[in-house]
Amino acid sequence: MAEFEPKILAFLCNWCAYAGADLAGVSRLQYPANVRSIRLMCSASVSPHHILKAFQKGADGVFVGG
Amino acid sequence: MESVSGEAGNFEVGIKQHPRYVDIDKCIACGLCAEKCPKKVENEYDAGLAKRKAIYVKYAQAVPLKYAIDAENCIYFVKKGRCKACEKHCPADAINFADEEKELAVNVGAIVLASGCEVFDPAVRDVYGYGRSANVVTSLEFERILSATGPYSGHLVRPADGKEPEKIAWLQCVGSRDVHGGAQPYCSAVCCTYAIKEAIVAKEHMKGPLDTAIFYIDMRTHGKDFERYYNRAEEIGVRFVKSKISAITPAGDNGNLLIRYADEAGRRVEEAFDLVVLSVGLGVPDQAAALARKLGIELDRYNFVAASSFDPVLTSRDGVFVCGAFQGPKDIPQSVIESSACAAAVESSLAESRFSLTRTKEIPEEIDVRGEAPRIGVFVCHCGTNIAGVVDAAAAAEYARTLPDVVYVEENLFSCSQDTQEKMTQVIKEQNLNRVVVAACTPRTHEPLFQETVVNAGINKYLFEMANIRNQCSWVHSGIPEAATEKAKDLIRMAVAKVGLLEPLYDPEIEVTPAALVIGGGISGMVAAKNLATQGFHTHLIEKSTALGGQARNLHATWLGEDVQQYLDRLIGEVESNNAIEIHLNTELTKVDGFVGNFQSTIATNGAEQVLEHGVALIATGASELKPQEYLYGEDPRVLTGLDLDRKFIDQDPGLKEVGSAVFIQCVGSRIPERPYCSKVCCTHSVQSALRLKEINPEMDVFIVYRDMRTYGLREDLYRQARDKGVTFIRYDFDKGLEVTREQESLSVRFTGYVLQRQMEIRPDMLVLAAAMVPPRENPVAQLFKVPLNEDGFFVEAHVKLRPIDFATDGVFVCGLAHSPKPIDEAIAQGLGAAARAVTVLSKKKIFGNALVAKINPETCVGCQGCLDVCPFGAINYFEDRHICQINQVLCKGCGACAATCPSASVELMGFRPQQLFAQIDRALAE
Repeated sequence: MAEFEPKILAFLCNWCAYAGADLAGVSRLQYPANVRSIRLMCSASVSPHHILKAFQKGADGVFVGG
Repeated sequence: MESVSGEAGNFEVGIKQHPRYVDIDKCIACGLCAEKCPKKVENEYDAGLAKRKAIYVKYAQAVPLKYAIDAENCIYFVKKGRCKACEKHCPADAINFADEEKELAVNVGAIVLASGCEVFDPAVRDVYGYGRSANVVTSLEFERILSATGPYSGHLVRPADGKEPEKIAWLQCVGSRDVHGGAQPYCSAVCCTYAIKEAIVAKEHMKGPLDTAIFYIDMRTHGKDFERYYNRAEEIGVRFVKSKISAITPAGDNGNLLIRYADEAGRRVEEAFDLVVLSVGLGVPDQAAALARKLGIELDRYNFVAASSFDPVLTSRDGVFVCGAFQGPKDIPQSVIESSACAAAVESSLAESRFSLTRTKEIPEEIDVRGEAPRIGVFVCHCGTNIAGVVDAAAAAEYARTLPDVVYVEENLFSCSQDTQEKMTQVIKEQNLNRVVVAACTPRTHEPLFQETVVNAGINKYLFEMANIRNQCSWVHSGIPEAATEKAKDLIRMAVAKVGLLEPLYDPEIEVTPAALVIGGGISGMVAAKNLATQGFHTHLIEKSTALGGQARNLHATWLGEDVQQYLDRLIGEVESNNAIEIHLNTELTKVDGFVGNFQSTIATNGAEQVLEHGVALIATGASELKPQEYLYGEDPRVLTGLDLDRKFIDQDPGLKEVGSAVFIQCVGSRIPERPYCSKVCCTHSVQSALRLKEINPEMDVFIVYRDMRTYGLREDLYRQARDKGVTFIRYDFDKGLEVTREQESLSVRFTGYVLQRQMEIRPDMLVLAAAMVPPRENPVAQLFKVPLNEDGFFVEAHVKLRPIDFATDGVFVCGLAHSPKPIDEAIAQGLGAAARAVTVLSKKKIFGNALVAKINPETCVGCQGCLDVCPFGAINYFEDRHICQINQVLCKGCGACAATCPSASVELMGFRPQQLFAQIDRALAE
């Protein structure tokens, strides 16, 4: 059986976590490619609806960075 | 800067620009050059603790983020034409070995000196062992050790052996408050707080326990909220040891270091530490001093630019201004305040030529795409090899063609290059695209550029989306190209799904009323009003009391000895005679409507109300001296406050000659549990008054009983002068209390001396209480403008370091004592700074708001006001008559907290509407 590869959805604040993810790129820090990020203007705008929607659509994990 | 000729308003400045050998218009900061460069060089930014290459960026956050060649170390330059590895590998053809030094001449109206400071080099003093032991580091080196981008990636280890330290000592005043060789007599003002910060951060970095000890003379946490920070450090176990350390010796051969000091009981102690951090002070670089001298700028004895307290940003040469640490050692907030003050001073001197060199950009008319089916164009950027070297760009582009509504796909070598931009504009027009996706780097740096491109093609800038397939894809998945390609496809798919649902949005335009309201007629308020008026803006200055002047009315002299009353009379005269300033005395603010650009404020003058229209508001409501409840104040006429004594100086009270002995008690009402802040001005003020008393009667016995002497910065000179003149300074043990009683006819001050730990008693003829500075008990202005007060009652700025004059609410600014306790020079600087900040609004006819704001659907809003509670910007109002909330489009910053909170889903954030986000979520997770 293939190894379990979780699908992770990340909600990232434009001003900190998204910028951090960009900086990880500039610094060439390597990480697994199973995360997809959505840029928001503030993590405060993430509502439970978004998180539930992600799980409903098959996400194995949701990351809110802000 | 090589030469300056001409005069204020019309200088010719000769500038020499050193070659960087990299064309910054072409460099995309991909880093390939540095990766391939074979030459390693000591990295100055990491304080020599790590290596960089001969082609490099100075530090990760450098602006512009462009590489440069260090010709002194570059193999091509050293070995005459060899190597060229960077040129070979640069995908953008940005290397230019033929670059030359350029001579530039600029014509300017004013010059600002902001060349900063350098840190003391402890190697000139052998006693610290700096340079002999790698485990003795400077505070700047320690900053780099702590930094995630530093030499050890933020892992706290010793430079000598990579061992995690268990005990770290900080030695304060290295190179400061010291008259011995190479050091400076003044206080560097910032080191106490930064040492505390380093100790706290170091503790946070370690998994296990870390023993931290700070050896100090006086802890000088005089800045806003710094005292709380000091208290917090004590609570988490940072040790503070009052002892000046004069030598560090090796403790055996394990790299540890021995420090000898006297403990609180006066016993001699020897303690070994794994690492010793030297809190090095600040000084003026020789180069800066030489430049200033060449310009004919007067410097003080320490080479700081000599400035008066009343004109803190003016130099001795007309048209040349100064700000920051070149004017005296200071921290970030004060430097930022002064930079704004400098801007104000320059603006008022050049107000007539405002906008005379401005050019206006032509913007093509926007095409109305409403009702059209989406026609999406996708541009996939290779970024040289940065993206295409990992991600299969052709496959990603091919995939994009299969996505719904995508009608055009193109690959670009560099999407951001000038020629590609022009081509993109052309393609958008030719293909009748109405929405655009660029799959490239990050929207954080490139969204504005591409938005301009679509606007040039007549498309609304909000019909654009980026897919970040570089920073968050190719760069971080370089070893797994297949997975990276799949991720790139998904990111493009998400962007396409969202862009199809976006709608044109328009940044709201706001007309600006070119008038200011200044609340408070003290020094900082008047300085702000005068500057605004000089710049040509009508200014209302309202003052609660019957006269202008504020606290300065009670002050005799500045610490530099300048006459405050004389200055005040002059300033009041200038303000009163300026036609652009309308003074409203006996006036209070009763109501505020509107927002940045368009305020309508109701004021009541002796009960009569009128409405003022203004574009900005400056809060300068001040603070005052506490009337102490203790130490017989108000019961015995011999007990005065610091300002009571100033009144006697101003009135030239003959009784002062007769006083045989005086005691000053410091921190009366400050640094206590119910008022935990430091009032900043009282140490210097008492020292200054003590010197004045000595001048009036040299025979007088003058004692200053203190906890820490906080004569910060250049004020240290005054402290030394007072000791030389025979003023006796006694540090008392605060925990053991201090008592003032009346014994028959004499006053008795009893306390425990800190050094000797013995009961002491002084029976003075006069007792002066250095009373705290307190803000008004109630300040309705805060409520009226919806701006916050801290727990001490001072206004809370938008950002303690970077925005010390602004509020999170646009168009409202703070200055003077309303912000925090401060001396006159700093209050003036902040008053000027507030004027400069206000002019960023007032100088515009129109300002543009942000289109990405939240909107409430009035049909479904039930008026629960949940959104109102979470809005950090005071942008939401509840309308009682209609039972609904509405959002002010100008004040809203688009955080979306309201949208996430609303239980009836009546709030939507434009550009991030539910269907747009749900489409992204759906497309992110689709198979």
